[in-house]
Amino acid sequence: MTAGSTRAQRGAETTSAPGGVGNSTLRPDGIPKVTGDFAYSSDLWMEDMLWGVTLRSPHPRARIRSLDIGAAVATAGVTAVLTHEDVPGSKHYGLEIADQPVLAIDQVRYAGEPVAIVAADHPETARRAAAKIIVDYEVLEPVTDSRAAMASGSPLVHATPTQDHYPGGGNILRHVRIRRGTPEAVADVVVTGEYDVGMQDQAFLGPESGLAVPAEDGGVDLYIATQWLHVDQRQVAQSLGLPDEKVRLSLAGVGGAFGAREDVSMQIHACLLALRANRPVKMVYSREESFYGHVHRHPATMRFEHGAQRDGRLVYVKAEVILDGGAYASSSPAVASNAASFAVGPYECDNVLIDGYVLYTNNPPCGAMRGFGAVQACFGYESQMDKLAAALQLDPVELRVRNAMHEGSVMPTGQVIDSAAPVAELLRRVRDAPLPADEASEDLRTMPGGVSNTTHGEGVRRGIGYAVGFKNVGYSEGFDDYSTARVRLEVVGGEAVATVHTAAAEVGQGLVTVMAQIARTELGVEQVVNHPADTSVGSAGSTSASRQTYCTGGAVKAACDAVRDRVFAAAAARELIVEGAVLREGNIVAPDGTVLASLVDVIGTHVVEETREFHHRPTGALTRDLGAPGAIGQGDAHVQFAFAAHRVVADVDTELGLVRLVEVTTAQDVGKALNPLSVVGQIHGGTTQGI
Amino acid sequence: MRLTFEVNGTRQVADDVWPGESLLYVLRERLGLPGTKNACEQGECGSCSVYLDGTLVCACLVAAAQAQDRAVGTVEGLAAGSGELDPIQQAFIETGAVQCGFCTPGLIVTTHDLLARNPAPADVEIREALAGNLCRCTGYEKILDAVRLAAERRATR
Repeated sequence: MTAGSTRAQRGAETTSAPGGVGNSTLRPDGIPKVTGDFAYSSDLWMEDMLWGVTLRSPHPRARIRSLDIGAAVATAGVTAVLTHEDVPGSKHYGLEIADQPVLAIDQVRYAGEPVAIVAADHPETARRAAAKIIVDYEVLEPVTDSRAAMASGSPLVHATPTQDHYPGGGNILRHVRIRRGTPEAVADVVVTGEYDVGMQDQAFLGPESGLAVPAEDGGVDLYIATQWLHVDQRQVAQSLGLPDEKVRLSLAGVGGAFGAREDVSMQIHACLLALRANRPVKMVYSREESFYGHVHRHPATMRFEHGAQRDGRLVYVKAEVILDGGAYASSSPAVASNAASFAVGPYECDNVLIDGYVLYTNNPPCGAMRGFGAVQACFGYESQMDKLAAALQLDPVELRVRNAMHEGSVMPTGQVIDSAAPVAELLRRVRDAPLPADEASEDLRTMPGGVSNTTHGEGVRRGIGYAVGFKNVGYSEGFDDYSTARVRLEVVGGEAVATVHTAAAEVGQGLVTVMAQIARTELGVEQVVNHPADTSVGSAGSTSASRQTYCTGGAVKAACDAVRDRVFAAAAARELIVEGAVLREGNIVAPDGTVLASLVDVIGTHVVEETREFHHRPTGALTRDLGAPGAIGQGDAHVQFAFAAHRVVADVDTELGLVRLVEVTTAQDVGKALNPLSVVGQIHGGTTQGI
Repeated sequence: MRLTFEVNGTRQVADDVWPGESLLYVLRERLGLPGTKNACEQGECGSCSVYLDGTLVCACLVAAAQAQDRAVGTVEGLAAGSGELDPIQQAFIETGAVQCGFCTPGLIVTTHDLLARNPAPADVEIREALAGNLCRCTGYEKILDAVRLAAERRATR
């Protein structure tokens, strides 16, 4: 996207309210973010605050024979040294299954597991004190291979693993079985493939950090960078042994998230230290610790078998996707469900046999990362489609178009796609986009290998590849996924001003911009204030699964509707309204454009405030009935879907294998863009992160 | 130890500095200037880019003591003041080059240095100059737009 096209795009949107829905309104937090004034969680500071640090296990699997904190406690400047014995409430936490110790209890299950925490008056003092803690480990052979972890003789990562999702066994955290159609289907052409994809990390730039401040009521106030304030609040309160209302969370500036802030990192630790020391405690992970401190994208081992007719139509797909979940559950059960239900890709196929597994191992815990299970499967099924195209001597785009899902198609889970699914159209768009010119430049910076001077163009070949993918929007499998918004309308300084209060986490994606745009459009005001996000208003759900514009945006709209109803009722009492009136530019306006009254006049000194929830349509669990072959793993598990097609042009040094990415072209079905500039920015960012 | 140096044109004194502290730590934790960011603290990401006697450096790789009697320039010192933004800051906002914003101060200081040296950089020159600054949100396209726009505006000022 060039600067020119960005401007053209912005110029084209003049039909809606200024700063309203459909405009490329600029971010309200843009100015503080470019001046350095925006307060991220690692920027927080209090006069008398202490610094907290974490002692982590160097071993992936070990028993803890003993733990001696004496020397650390005796260190000058140290205020608190805590172990699992000091956790007053629940000693375990977790997003779906509470299987992760707040601090290790008698054993560790991954390298980097927190064992003890220290608070001191300087971060270096705290680090040195933590290094004085003596942990006597009995090192055990770790379980590191997910396929081996499935074997019956494998050592168990958890002696009594929690398996509340499926009767698995051993280290199997969840097994998602999907069966549809007949297993005896006969194909003209069969291709098989095995694919491994490795672990990835979200690597947001703002490290895990926050400031916990003890309160006079025995509770704690936590200023934190997270994706979901209320799910943090629940887990922190349970481990502190406090009621939720005594654990108040406020969103500090978030330096990116991408799934890595769904799980608790230093939240409970900072609060434990602050309550013990009775002083504010700040914790900031280093970059190295950040990699230990959050979950990663699951590595996957996959096997596929695709059977097709001569004309390319898929007859059957068999898929096995094994995800390495690491030491603790995190959101792995949901990731496995996605990987399984998307294992065929956005294609029609009547006969499917899919097994998705996620395993406990002694590797670092895996959980949410952008794409959430859909990404691993995509690498497998799209590699298979290229293989199939080669076997059938068909154009790879044509093969995909012939099998493309459309509105009305049926998923392997039996779910009918009941909204737009323009997969073929997206493919045609990227195929038909003009190709980049062959630069034929001598400039090393345009060569694979760059200025390392590995080629001057000899051995370099240009390749073009295509892929499509799809993913669910919103939480799936029966989760009541909702958001809450409180909207207030009042007159301030002679002008009607709307205040939007939610607990939704702005992590960079631009929700703060969109919420204000919705309020402007719905209430016809120019001034919209975003109240800081905190837990004094109801849950907004997670900033995950591309759901916040949809869910929190929906809640803001619903609250605005309720506020407008009250304004109209007040106007009606004074006979200042007609049928079909709207709010526009600070006035109540009749359908013919006549101004009936000003908001300032109607509201007067009143404060009109309403709180509403938005729930997306219900979803259901996948069936697990083993006695009904041909109909296992069936159900309307997902709310809706997003589709994307990509074309990649790459120059490859065929002698050295070095690659230079020349261009990525993508077409995505986004529906109505509430803020086109932000949508394009998300597509750029998501695409680049995929590279 | 006591440290005395100039930050954004103002003389600053920091007391009780532990000799192991970086310039980044002193700016952020002792002088109340957290605009310079702490994303990697190992010289990889460029989020802590500042000027040291006019030279672009990663503040995380400079021992605080090395700044003694020298002049440091941070993102907080770029704008003229009284609500005015530097044209580079304005360009980053307008083009959508800011998402989470954690990389932004470092990128703005680096761009400031680039345009001071090369007022009309070619795309390959922009890419090379910004190669030491990592961003995880934007995919860099809008950042390139921002640098081009800022260069264009400076040229026509």
